[in-house]
Amino acid sequence: MAYQALTEAVYYILLSLTEPMHGYGIMQNVENLSGGRVRLAAGTLYGAISSLLEKGWITALSGEKDSRKKEYQITAEGRLVLLDEIARLTELLENGKKLFGGTDRA
Amino acid sequence: MRKTVYKWFWAWEFDKEEKWLNEMAAKGLTLVSMHFFKYMFEETDPGKYQIRIELLDKHPNHPESETYIRFIEETGAEQIASWVDWVYFRKKTADGPFELFSDIASRIRMLNRVIGLLTTLGILCLISGGYNLSLYFLWGNPISLVGLLPLAVSVLLGIGLLQIRKQKKKLTKDQNLFE
Repeated sequence: MAYQALTEAVYYILLSLTEPMHGYGIMQNVENLSGGRVRLAAGTLYGAISSLLEKGWITALSGEKDSRKKEYQITAEGRLVLLDEIARLTELLENGKKLFGGTDRA
Repeated sequence: MRKTVYKWFWAWEFDKEEKWLNEMAAKGLTLVSMHFFKYMFEETDPGKYQIRIELLDKHPNHPESETYIRFIEETGAEQIASWVDWVYFRKKTADGPFELFSDIASRIRMLNRVIGLLTTLGILCLISGGYNLSLYFLWGNPISLVGLLPLAVSVLLGIGLLQIRKQKKKLTKDQNLFE
């Protein structure tokens, strides 16, 4: 296997962090991006951020000292992971459309 | 005005406890402190807050837990109480829905922490109960029969453990299909 599927949460977090953002910003951004469908819970988000930092796919920005909120941003490695995932998702979607005849419920 | 309520929940009844605290909050009584089985509430507007409970990996004063709690607070919630490794959060209902977990994996991690706690307590009860009972059989001192108490508790903990494992099994099955 070339690479593994990301979870929906991780995918949307990486996508959000193409711009620097703090935790609550990510939650709001993901909710907006998904039209209110994906609501990341704070505990789940914390776990994902910790794992992403460990992997080196995102990095914590050392902002102003007085600001309590930590900002995060995607790394070069994280961008590659995101590109691979977008390719994978495109494959899924194209196969779905091709073999299942579109996406309409009817 | 403050109101104190004494109520007992076993460690595996955290869902029930959380539900009760939310029912109290809906009636206008929001938790401000919790100690063993003593719950203290303050009067707030009915439904102003939502409550969530979590069992942490480490004591709330541990630096790792402090970082975690700070992160949760940055998302608009606030810690209201802690008891041993349990923390109690509240968030204003007006600020949107409040959940700590939004995927199966993080729910399972929380259940694993509860399983770890119940197992540790259960083993301690078995050891202390077994030790005292063996003293009774050795020396026949009736006071050693006090060992029956921890043994009874370990049976209860075992029942709780089975309930949590059942919840976990259901989630693990779901995980074959969903995130």
